[in-house]
Amino acid sequence: MKTTDLTGTRVKFFQTGSFAVGNRLVEPELRSVQSEPERANAITCGHRACQGCGEALGARYALDAAMRAAGGDLIAANATGCLEVFSTPYPETSWQLPWIHSLFGNAPAVSTGIAAALRAKGNTHTRVVGQGGDGGTVDIGFACLSGMFERGDDVLYICYDNEAYMNTGVQRSAATPEAARTSTTQAVGEQPGAPWGQGKNAALIALAHEIPYVATATIADLRDLERKVQTAMEVRGARYIHVLVTCPLGWGAASGDSIRLARLATQTGLFPVWEGERGDIVSVTKIRHPEPVERYLELQTRFRHLFSPVRREDMIARIQARADRNIERFGLLDGAEYQQEELHNEGGS
Amino acid sequence: MLEQIEGSQAVAKTVARCRPEVICAYPISPQTHIVEGLSRIVKAGELAPCEFVNVESEFAAMSVAIGASATGARAYTATASQGLLYMTEALYNASGLGLPIVMTVANRAIGAPINIWNDHSDSMSQRDSGWIQLYVESNQEAVDVHIQAFRLAEELSLPVMVCMDGFVLTHAMERVEIPEQEQVDGFLAPFEPRQVLDPAAPVTIGAMVGPEAYTEVRYLAHYKQMQALDRIPEVAGAFEQAFQRPAGGLLREYRTGDAQTIIVALGSVLGTIEDVVDELREQGVRIGALGIKTFRPWPREEVRRALQHASRVVVLEKALSIGIGGIVAQNVHGALEGLPVTVRTAIAGLGGRPITKRSLRRLFTEAHSDQLHELTFVDLDHSLVDGELARMVASRRSGPHAENMLRELGIVGARPV
Repeated sequence: MKTTDLTGTRVKFFQTGSFAVGNRLVEPELRSVQSEPERANAITCGHRACQGCGEALGARYALDAAMRAAGGDLIAANATGCLEVFSTPYPETSWQLPWIHSLFGNAPAVSTGIAAALRAKGNTHTRVVGQGGDGGTVDIGFACLSGMFERGDDVLYICYDNEAYMNTGVQRSAATPEAARTSTTQAVGEQPGAPWGQGKNAALIALAHEIPYVATATIADLRDLERKVQTAMEVRGARYIHVLVTCPLGWGAASGDSIRLARLATQTGLFPVWEGERGDIVSVTKIRHPEPVERYLELQTRFRHLFSPVRREDMIARIQARADRNIERFGLLDGAEYQQEELHNEGGS
Repeated sequence: MLEQIEGSQAVAKTVARCRPEVICAYPISPQTHIVEGLSRIVKAGELAPCEFVNVESEFAAMSVAIGASATGARAYTATASQGLLYMTEALYNASGLGLPIVMTVANRAIGAPINIWNDHSDSMSQRDSGWIQLYVESNQEAVDVHIQAFRLAEELSLPVMVCMDGFVLTHAMERVEIPEQEQVDGFLAPFEPRQVLDPAAPVTIGAMVGPEAYTEVRYLAHYKQMQALDRIPEVAGAFEQAFQRPAGGLLREYRTGDAQTIIVALGSVLGTIEDVVDELREQGVRIGALGIKTFRPWPREEVRRALQHASRVVVLEKALSIGIGGIVAQNVHGALEGLPVTVRTAIAGLGGRPITKRSLRRLFTEAHSDQLHELTFVDLDHSLVDGELARMVASRRSGPHAENMLRELGIVGARPV
């Protein structure tokens, strides 16, 4: 490691390998938005997020990337939820851009209103981002989100999915994975945790609207998240990015494991990372180091009932089967292709 | 220009002349003709710049209006009934944020039982939402009050609801003077927002506020509504001066000077009431009417002044607070605190039941001779209710009320009113 003095502050240079972000040793055009001293800091320090909060991390990277793409000319609408609560403890605010919070279920529609106002005013330069957690997006805000998509309103909507209602105390949402313990799907009974066969894939539903751009991402690959935000900002119309973000509190995981867990979610195949355009998936991030789902599950107390007091081989196998199906369906291993036809056929059956 | 025109079309034309920049709409009877008219005007390029957004729900309609207003655009929507209730959460949010959105409510009953006809159940249910509520008597007044509503809303940074009776006004064809564009432009300055989402000067709107300041923020909303009690008559006065006809304001008194009995009501039913007042006056009955033009804020002092010399007051309401009775009557009671004036409540016209002169004549005559009970349901069919009560006693699984009563009634609409 070496240090140098560039702008009056001491900046550390470091290299930790191919997964590193903020790498100041690479060529300038390859550097991350976060590595820029003049980055927007759209959500700046002082907020009240938990240690290891994946949503705070994801929002910071996504918003700063959007700010760079928009040249700082950006307005954000936020759904009620952790992100809203921890960022605006009255009278303080972490937001360094114009930001509005209205309700839990209307962030996409508020975004539409902002975009409509800008259009009416002939303002073609200011851009709009809507954002919310999985509850505000996949559940209570879903009608507004779908309406915004089908009208093609000029909004980038980003969902930070931590797979439950964390702000209200970890209740199940439609994004909660099967078998996960939440405070409304408790680890009791014959089939402990969240029920099987429920939940929805919001990103694929977004894709079905045939909007210009849909992508999934995680906080394990923040350069990928930045790139996807940049790509999304280069097009107009309704766009959607679904970011898996770790929640140490809700998942029952160590704060230091946030990135590791997000990476395991992708490397097990449980969370496929892909991009889609106008109804078709156009790229898939391959798994580099395949892992069994057990490696992901055992780090989280929300899945502890799968291992203790008795090991539930049946349930672990079911989760593995879910991951295997994703690997096959999305072509997540080298040499495999995304099975577009299969998806379409399933959609029609 | 004087036109023979449907109420909804008159409102649509007038709203267009108020130059809204964002109109968002979700269809619900009897509001549809208003937003249909506006969609045509915008599509034809007759109102530019303006974005017309077809949204997926009333909740989204109000949310789009919130986003647009916070971005500095003049925003308008219209709704009724279930739609108003569906946007309730957003209504409170718009007023809490102090966003000057203007909305037409084409007053309609609320289900169940589902009913598309006129009463005031919808807007009355939102009386505590922080919106200014203006009720109009005629389509001319609907036109005139919409123009005032934008000015009021933007001066006070508060949302304004213009309540007009569904079908009775929205679908009635009559002669209406539609103000010219230059007249409206002269009365209504461009929108200058107090708060705006502007990348050049970023602000946070809608932050979490705890017990340390929540009361103060809510008090401020109340304070601004109290200010509106002064501004509403001023704006109505300015309107009268500019357009040479009265409209809006807080109250309108009709032959109340020496009246012993005063009928209090809102909206289009005032016309019928005044006709009956005239008839009874010819018979020597000292009776008058008080029209409430502004229900929120509640013009307590003005109502007290208008009613204090009467012996009795009958509040004729097109809404019902189940479990207590009148809604407006409670407010009138409060305004008359400490005065020897008897207040009676008459619930009439629910779900579009016609309010006839014959029924009103009987009601007012009974009131004038102090024969009214505290709460009267005008033209209530007691036998129909008794029949259902008997069925409930006779059988545990007596079935759905509404369907049972309709079956007993026979062919709907076949009975004489």
